[in-house]
Amino acid sequence: MTFLDFEKPIEELYKQIEKTKEIAEKTKVDMSSTVKELEDSILELKKKIYGELTPWQRVQLSRHPERPYTLFYIEQICESFIELHGDRNVKDDKAMVGGIGMIDGQSVVIVGQQKGANTKMRQYRNFGMPNPEGYRKALRLMKMAERFNKPVITFIDTPGAFPGLEAEERGQGEAIARNLFEMAKLKVPIICIIIGEGASGGALGIGIGDKVLMLENTWYSVISPESCSSILWRSWDFKEKAAEQLKLTADDMKSFNLIDGIVKEPLGGAHANPDEMAAIIKKEIKKYLAELMPQSAAERIAKRIKKFDAMGEVNENL
Amino acid sequence: MSWFKRRIQGITTSTREKKEAPDGIWFKCPDCKSAIPMVDLKDNLYVCPKCEFHSRIGSKEYFEIIFDNNEFKELMPEMIAKDFLHFVDLKPYDQRLKDTIKKTKLKDAMRSAHGKVEGFDLVVCCMDFAFIGGSMGSVVGEKISKSIDYCLQHKLPLMIISKSGGARMMESAFSLMQMAKTSAKLTLMTEAGLPYISLCTDPTTGGVTASYAMLGDFNIAEPKAMIGFAGPRVIKETIKKDLPEGFQTSEFLLETGFLDFIVNRKQLKSQLAKLLAMFR
Repeated sequence: MTFLDFEKPIEELYKQIEKTKEIAEKTKVDMSSTVKELEDSILELKKKIYGELTPWQRVQLSRHPERPYTLFYIEQICESFIELHGDRNVKDDKAMVGGIGMIDGQSVVIVGQQKGANTKMRQYRNFGMPNPEGYRKALRLMKMAERFNKPVITFIDTPGAFPGLEAEERGQGEAIARNLFEMAKLKVPIICIIIGEGASGGALGIGIGDKVLMLENTWYSVISPESCSSILWRSWDFKEKAAEQLKLTADDMKSFNLIDGIVKEPLGGAHANPDEMAAIIKKEIKKYLAELMPQSAAERIAKRIKKFDAMGEVNENL
Repeated sequence: MSWFKRRIQGITTSTREKKEAPDGIWFKCPDCKSAIPMVDLKDNLYVCPKCEFHSRIGSKEYFEIIFDNNEFKELMPEMIAKDFLHFVDLKPYDQRLKDTIKKTKLKDAMRSAHGKVEGFDLVVCCMDFAFIGGSMGSVVGEKISKSIDYCLQHKLPLMIISKSGGARMMESAFSLMQMAKTSAKLTLMTEAGLPYISLCTDPTTGGVTASYAMLGDFNIAEPKAMIGFAGPRVIKETIKKDLPEGFQTSEFLLETGFLDFIVNRKQLKSQLAKLLAMFR
């Protein structure tokens, strides 16, 4: 298990449990009551620590190295899934995955950014930063979903769209813009779930939906706290402050009506109990599909456009 | 002969004490370095008469160039930004807004107007770079959205002139959602069969490029404008290589297939009229 800086007190208690167990083993003395006590204090401590997370700590949790990624959830949620590749134009983007799957008898099209779990895979997945062909692959699959009248689920987890030379040559801006435009008027239901990082246009590029949900320990913002700190404070040292100022947590986003719902994570974050997290997500998807499927395409599209059109705060007359 | 000798080394005038060169007499072209009388530059629509460099201008100048007799009806002229998040970086956003409004005499980074171009009706939303780097916040999104409503109501074509450093960070996710809002709203123009022209000018970057600037039925640009999603410095740091000459310019985008054509500012009005005539 990897512990973040603010989780150190929990790590200490886990170490104590290990030691107690060792002593018990050696001395053959029954220490189960001590272990039980320690376990209880871990639970208490976790409740306390995770009950009062700062925005920056949530950003850290959203990037936890053991946090589950898109393909894990797909495997857990779908009884069957076929991954589909390529944008039919340039190549297959490994940072964006997608395919068609079955959730309790309902076939759906799923797309999402994919990160890697180790150094080699992180590189292979380009750290979850898609190129234009990734967004175009996602759009190709969403258009297919529309043709066959299948709902679309998107999993968002990206530090941003890739800022590369080829990405610009192939129109990163146009690719994202096109997705925003096409998703706004896609005839089938769209559910978008932020499962990790929701960084700017790179996240929004698959983020226009009838329901946009955020897991409890994720963030969604126009810029990462680090980049914001470097631009506005001209130093990398104000990331905690930037995280606070950007109001990027799920609670903030829900209170501004910029998202539709928050999905609770297991105690300690999604990585503490990935199976439970997947089960919760599946339940949420089914709940919202049941709400969205009976509506007509025209009704959904009109509501979707109206929802995004209402986003913004201005002073009209002064 | 100490008159001709610098006795104290280095530049001793502090930045605070430096005086800005008075505007309005001479213009030094940043491209060919020629000094041009401001009057001549203005007559030439702020295009360098020597090298055709298009200097940055604001909504006031574009409206003057585009609309017949500089006659137009401004839409939502009083709308200003709201510091909804009470954002404070080196300066509170609220204060930054007040200072910028005072300094630029603009209300925000976009103005919208309805006028005629050689007799053809057109609604123009024009960004102002002078206002916090032409950053896109709620006002920019709302003005585009309401301008589209106006177009739909009166069956009018729309042009958006982009000139932006990208999103307005002080409005965080609200700023981000303006990309979604404007793109979603543009689908209604398509639905209604009304043409939308996107004119990209120097610079068009970030969230603006990744939304309405690239969604025109016609994507056009001024010559040599910087147009891109990621900033050149970020790309350079990512790929650890120098960027090729002319990277992220209008000419580059025309070559890679993202622009319909490049238009010199001096032909902008006639070209627009020619295009609008096709949709009469």
